[in-house]
Amino acid sequence: MGFLTNLINGISLGSVYAIIALGYTMVYGIAKMLNFAHGDVIMVGGYVCFFAMGSLGLPPLVAVLLAVIACTCLGIVVERLAYKPLREAPSLAVLITAIGVSYFLQNSALLLWGADPKAFASVVPFPSLTLFDGQLTISSVTIVTVLAAAAIMVVLTLFTTKTKMGKAMRACSEDKGAAQLMGINVNSTISMVFAIGSGLAAIAGVLLCSAYPTLVPTTGSMPGIKAFTAAVLGGIGSIPGAALGGVLLGVIEIFAKAYIGTQLADAIVFAVLIVVLLIRPAGLLGKEIREKV
Amino acid sequence: MLKIDDLNVYYGSIHAVKGVSFEVEEGEIVTLIGANGAGKSTTLNTVAGLLKPHSGSIEFEGEDLVGTPAHKMVRKGIALCPEGRRIFQDMSVQENLEMGAFTRSDQESREMRERVYESFPRLKERRRQAGGTLSGGEQQMLAMGRALMCKPKLMMLDEPSMGLAPLLVREIFDIIKELNEQGTTILLVEQNASMALSIADRAYVLETGRVSMSGNANDLLHDKRVREAYLGG
Repeated sequence: MGFLTNLINGISLGSVYAIIALGYTMVYGIAKMLNFAHGDVIMVGGYVCFFAMGSLGLPPLVAVLLAVIACTCLGIVVERLAYKPLREAPSLAVLITAIGVSYFLQNSALLLWGADPKAFASVVPFPSLTLFDGQLTISSVTIVTVLAAAAIMVVLTLFTTKTKMGKAMRACSEDKGAAQLMGINVNSTISMVFAIGSGLAAIAGVLLCSAYPTLVPTTGSMPGIKAFTAAVLGGIGSIPGAALGGVLLGVIEIFAKAYIGTQLADAIVFAVLIVVLLIRPAGLLGKEIREKV
Repeated sequence: MLKIDDLNVYYGSIHAVKGVSFEVEEGEIVTLIGANGAGKSTTLNTVAGLLKPHSGSIEFEGEDLVGTPAHKMVRKGIALCPEGRRIFQDMSVQENLEMGAFTRSDQESREMRERVYESFPRLKERRRQAGGTLSGGEQQMLAMGRALMCKPKLMMLDEPSMGLAPLLVREIFDIIKELNEQGTTILLVEQNASMALSIADRAYVLETGRVSMSGNANDLLHDKRVREAYLGG
């Protein structure tokens, strides 16, 4: 049963990575930038939910909704203030700004909420599922996390393939100039993708904190980097790639912790990334980039 | 309909368009011809709102449109079919057309799509195929169909003959003529001057960012200087 338990935990952690990676990959696809502050939005989502449940005494579902709204607004504001003025700037400037935003969010959290870890109460207050005469226990958070990731993946896929706005997003990701000639407002499309990505980060944040209930201002950084790795592993810019990369990374991490060693787990995760990129530079589901001549 | 007056456009420090003025009347086909680097595409991109002019005016149906962003130009009734076609490669033919009608309602989009399929039956056959898998000629048809989807009053075409076999060029120009007869005003930029002059009403010759000659297309087609410079004698 140990193997099965590890597999389920891996898929659950991987589902959180997948939700974060979806945000990374969508922002990259449209804005062509790596938003390294994405991980810290997760932490903000966690804190908003923590205070909404704790201090305001709101029911978990309302608290999650509040976290999503707060992070969506945060995403739009950050894009507007920090990234929009750099639209024509070299990508290195944008990258460094993103790292700056990341530190800004972490230190703001430190200032506002202090360095003491907060004990996060799960947003899924249901009992665990017990199978095979108690040999296998699956927590309700695990089930909700996996279902949420699957649902988000399906909804995003439908959004980008069936709706006019979703298709306009794909058009922007291919050729912004041509998209403008169609009458698509590229700036508001970029704004929208930041809103979607940050809203997803909030969901990832509350699910992550429900499973690993210690909340500190740096809670988002490691999952953020892992999710970025997942997005690259799956092929950055690809929605199914982000989901696959996330789940794979989660499973590899948990197996490495269980069978090789906790200390080596992260090293193994990143080693897998390096190996995959050596064999498939565009990632598992990424497209080969054809250079224009 | 469209009146450009003393337009100056810079690409960084390069003065690409130097005081260009021209007019397009409703129902006309007007062509801008000239060598590579004469400023033809820059002029079109500026009218479309992709580039901001340094000075000068762009008047469309009596309204000054300088500084209007590209995505709003479409709503004014100006469509640009850009150089190099710039098809959305990973989107299907049908999705490319839908994007063309982004500013229109779903109902209008469907109606226009049927009309575009009537004009370009080959696009209908390939409607589920990704844009990037089409041949050059088909991509040009798709780019034109896509520009038509927004029901433009003025359609600007930038080098529609680029990279196409002579037979296809003929076909594309026949279609442009046909679109004009159906009521779309056309502003055409071409390096293939003889082809452009053969279908246009009027023409302007651009030379290193300035209008060097203008007049009736047929007259220019037989003008000695134009023949020597652009039509190979």
